[in-house]
Amino acid sequence: VATVGLFYVGIDAILEQMRRKAMKQGFELNIMIVGQSGLGKSTLMNTLFKSKVSRKSVVSTPEERIPKTIEIKSISHDIEEKGVRMKLTVIDTPGFGDHINNENCWQPIMKFINDQYEQYLQEEINIDRKKRIPDSRVHCCMYFIPPTGHCLRPLDVEFMSRLSKVVNIVPVIAKADTLTLEERDFFKQTIREELRANGIDVYPQKEFDEDSDDRMINDKIREMIPFAVVGSNQEYQVNGKRLLGRKTKWGTIEVENIAHCEFAHLRDLLIRTHMQNIKDITSSIHYEVYRVRRLNETNGQPNAQPPNTLVNPQQANGVAAQHQVLTHEM
Amino acid sequence: MDAIMLQEKLVERLLCPRVRTSRQKEKQYVGFATLPNQVHRKSVKKGFDFTLMVAGESGMGKSTLVNSLFLTDLYKDRKLLNAEERINQTVEIIKHTVDIEEKGVKLKLTIVDTPGFGDAVNNNECWKPITDYIDQQFEQYFRDESGLNRKNIQDNRVHCCLYFIPPFGHGLRPVDVEFMKALHEKVNVVPLIAKADCLTPSEIKKLKDRVRDEIERFGIKVYQFPECDSDEDEEFKQLDKELKECCPFAVIGSNTVVEARGQRVRGRLYPWGIVEVENQSHCDFVKLRNILIRSHMHDLKDVTCDMHYENYRAQCIQDMTSKLTQDNRMESPIPMLPQSTPDVETDRLIKMKDEELARMQEMLNKMQQQIHDGKDQ
Repeated sequence: VATVGLFYVGIDAILEQMRRKAMKQGFELNIMIVGQSGLGKSTLMNTLFKSKVSRKSVVSTPEERIPKTIEIKSISHDIEEKGVRMKLTVIDTPGFGDHINNENCWQPIMKFINDQYEQYLQEEINIDRKKRIPDSRVHCCMYFIPPTGHCLRPLDVEFMSRLSKVVNIVPVIAKADTLTLEERDFFKQTIREELRANGIDVYPQKEFDEDSDDRMINDKIREMIPFAVVGSNQEYQVNGKRLLGRKTKWGTIEVENIAHCEFAHLRDLLIRTHMQNIKDITSSIHYEVYRVRRLNETNGQPNAQPPNTLVNPQQANGVAAQHQVLTHEM
Repeated sequence: MDAIMLQEKLVERLLCPRVRTSRQKEKQYVGFATLPNQVHRKSVKKGFDFTLMVAGESGMGKSTLVNSLFLTDLYKDRKLLNAEERINQTVEIIKHTVDIEEKGVKLKLTIVDTPGFGDAVNNNECWKPITDYIDQQFEQYFRDESGLNRKNIQDNRVHCCLYFIPPFGHGLRPVDVEFMKALHEKVNVVPLIAKADCLTPSEIKKLKDRVRDEIERFGIKVYQFPECDSDEDEEFKQLDKELKECCPFAVIGSNTVVEARGQRVRGRLYPWGIVEVENQSHCDFVKLRNILIRSHMHDLKDVTCDMHYENYRAQCIQDMTSKLTQDNRMESPIPMLPQSTPDVETDRLIKMKDEELARMQEMLNKMQQQIHDGKDQ
């Protein structure tokens, strides 16, 4: 360690330099929302970002039909707050879980996620690559659990089990205003147990905690998830203030009131404190796992179809060995 | 700073869910304005690194300047060679690494020294060890970046090269021109006029004008400061303009602290007066330090990554594919397109590009295999 002299070098100024650059460039965030229709996904997105960002808000006459196959629809918005610009992309998956036979409904979603990784990889190995590769990778997949109050359904387990290996999953209990506080706590506890029993690692994943500070904060979060949320686009007058809420004959549910529902916690987690971390885990872990698998299996032909084999990631030194990656069927 | 405090408060609230706190102020905002601070927090934890190369003949005050810039004492155990010992000396590359911490920010600074440069009688191609070193760092990074385990890549690429021009002559000497031209497309070159305390202000001005002129005439691409944003205030723009007109910086360094005008300052004590390193009317040290550390460190790193490294990488890949072509006697990846219908042409181009990528990937895999085998032995 050097002996620092009388005066001040000024290296902390690099933080300001970085900040300026980040502000100029802006940020990107890609969120996918998955769940049966009618669970309030679009409303929740609009509530989270305080603007009409969902697919339904953009399409002028939203069709309420259930598509025959699962569709993947991306809508991007440029939003700005206090000088920070963000390109938010909401990826909707209408048709998921809505059919009579929902076997393999996770496939198109898995394919979409892997396609984004593939696109990034192709750009990265390009000879003449862009200075800043456009990031379309899915940073976070919000999975909406219906508020049955009992336990997870086989579809929920199947989906989260497969997708948690390739993307950050944030499960939420949708339309939580049908659960009392006791029912809610019981439901959450059951869900947590079932996730554990099925080896499903949702965000924040225990194995990616960087240090003891992170672990402490994330342990607390892990005891609280899944967040029970209520969304709303309507404002009501409550105690002299205008608040977002749902008005019923027995009272008004205030969306941002943590005594009513956990929307605020979800928002804080997702946006105000862990957004960068979510993106980092996507790029430095999920994407890297994909990349290693592709480099290994295609053996020099990056444009070839990957064969249907299970690749052992332990070949690659240093990659988290627990991350057994299942192949997707094309 | 208040955005960091806000974040801390939010985390706190997350940890104590039952506590109701006033949320009036943050209600209106979605809250992603904390993003730059989330990034910032991570960087503070991780720390930064910066590699600075110094080049120039012996006795130009390079070591002293480095010590003055970073307030370090890097060379205390150095043994200076005499003339005889220097006859057979070749240009060496010596790295010094030091960890600096200030206001919670950690910097791992690497100084790459090039003793022996320009000291011999015959200095033909004395810059070769230096260009080789820079290329090696690029190559190392390229391998790491293309490899399978990218978790802890060490970035040893040279972010900036300070080149010391002697104040005694009348501008650039042939060795100065050749050196800078050999390096200007591999690293950010910042030319300096060394030991500027032997020149009067008008002599300095004349020398700077001459050097600037020669830099342009010989087509030397020194590091360019990025343009100011149009929305910056006038004061900033004025400072920026002054900075650009001041190049090359005329610098003075000092390892000693002297008393001047009632203060303790870094300086050089002469019978005729005291030269203060940090006095802007005495030399451009402060400007250099501000550029290097306080305002352009990040940009120097960016230009290294986005321009110099990318050029190296593209060149490397092209060399690899052309070498493969020679070895396998395949069709050249850069075809001479015959006259054909647009569709066929596009298809052919796509096919060409695919093959190019495939070959490149194969080459990379071969390289990785070689490293792998090398490790086993």
